[in-house]
Amino acid sequence: MQQLLNTLLGGLTLGMVYAAFALALVMIWRSTRIVNFAQAPMAMVTTFIALSVIDAGHSYWLGFAAALLSGLVLGAVVERVLVRPVEGGPEINAVILTLGLFIVLHALASVIFGNRFRSFPAPFGVRGIEVGDTTIALTTSGVFTILAVLAVMGLLVLLFRFTDIGLRMRAAAHEPEVARLLGVRVGRMLTLGWALASLVGSLAGLLIASGSLVHPSYMDSVVVYGFVAAVLGGLDSPLGAVLGGLLLGLSLSLVSGYVGSQLVALAALGILVVVLLLRPGGLFAPAAARRV
Amino acid sequence: MLQIRDLTVDYGPVRALAGVSFSAGGGAITAVLGANGAGKTTLLRTVSGLHRAESGTITFDEHRLDRVAAERMPALGLAHVPEGRGVIAELTVEENLRLGGLARGRVSRGELDRVLELFPALADRRSATAHVLSGGERQMLVIGRALMSRPTMLLLDEPSLGLAPRVVAQIFALLRRLVTDEGLGVVLVEQNARSALSVADRGVVLDLGRVVADEPAAVLADDDQLRHAYLGF
Repeated sequence: MQQLLNTLLGGLTLGMVYAAFALALVMIWRSTRIVNFAQAPMAMVTTFIALSVIDAGHSYWLGFAAALLSGLVLGAVVERVLVRPVEGGPEINAVILTLGLFIVLHALASVIFGNRFRSFPAPFGVRGIEVGDTTIALTTSGVFTILAVLAVMGLLVLLFRFTDIGLRMRAAAHEPEVARLLGVRVGRMLTLGWALASLVGSLAGLLIASGSLVHPSYMDSVVVYGFVAAVLGGLDSPLGAVLGGLLLGLSLSLVSGYVGSQLVALAALGILVVVLLLRPGGLFAPAAARRV
Repeated sequence: MLQIRDLTVDYGPVRALAGVSFSAGGGAITAVLGANGAGKTTLLRTVSGLHRAESGTITFDEHRLDRVAAERMPALGLAHVPEGRGVIAELTVEENLRLGGLARGRVSRGELDRVLELFPALADRRSATAHVLSGGERQMLVIGRALMSRPTMLLLDEPSLGLAPRVVAQIFALLRRLVTDEGLGVVLVEQNARSALSVADRGVVLDLGRVVADEPAAVLADDDQLRHAYLGF
């Protein structure tokens, strides 16, 4: 019983991170129909920026803020400088572009930050919280992870649902031409969308790194899990991405806890295949009511 | 006042408009008629900046529209309702309407209520997602959304397409009222020439990218030869 609880708690923490990462992928997919394979190295670069700030003697939180801010800027720059010119062209161009960016960022990070493992501090304790006289597998850092992802998701919901800029962003994503006719500066909205998605990706990168080791390729497995989570949710649905992330985190944690940790990657792909066979649109795809 | 002079536009390799000139004033409905492929939609898309002209000028009041980006049109008082109804199906009715008003800055409750009053069918479904609306309701929504930006000139592309005659009559009657009461100018692109001429003040007939007639609507409707040749009724 206690093992099950601990496995589920671990899965919940991990699932929140996958959810954040999947959400970043979905935000970009919804607005520009591009699967951003460079999401992982972008988050990796911002995590290294945080590490540089922290290693220079500043506080963890200053590094945290620097990473989120540089994520925002990096997302905007990537959209404006690299993605914009290939927009409207064949879709494969944009895919190849993000794959290329993946490689470039990797190489740059190895050159600038060094191709070795470095330890990344945790904001809070990494020891299990004590409940009564047993210690459960939920650390204070884990609680912070869950709260941070929930907070960011809440802010995004508020932004998209209740603000004018959020309404413009949604319009630009769904019907760019109609949005232009209504006075929306679609290009700016796409830039902003990429910036916010990249910020969410950076957050996921930071949370994975906390209390662990970072390396230029430390995020690479997460892009696979994040992508699986996003596809589970239907790629088009932010809520689906979050639920897909949680589901994946819990499933993988159960696999790791009860079957064997070497099977985790295989299990993720197995889940993906089963879902795509049974519900090709993803588990939480909205009803196909468009294009009437 | 919208003035189009010598407008030549290519659509891909095809010359869609070849030297089109006409003008459309406020307080009047100007119908632009012609068969499929006559260049009607291209004309509206060029006026609203979605498509660029090869040559010619478009002026609206004192503004040279041929140099203005599409997203700045609503602020000048020009609203374009595109063909195929252009509702944003994922947004609610109210969000669609608010989006129209954002072009003019903040949306006031009064503005929203005024437009909902014009379309009572929408008022009942304001928090419904737009994809559940019927064809007629969608057309009302896009017209209402365009009105939210308080335009002085409304460009409508085939509003009657696929709608029941009763709904078309209802929409045209509303347009007439806005034109008469508020001095709105309307450019009404239609393939359904008969019903368009019944509501329009003036008719411009396009054929293969050229203006073949520019007359008061009553004159066009009485010209049997022209009607048979270009308007198909």
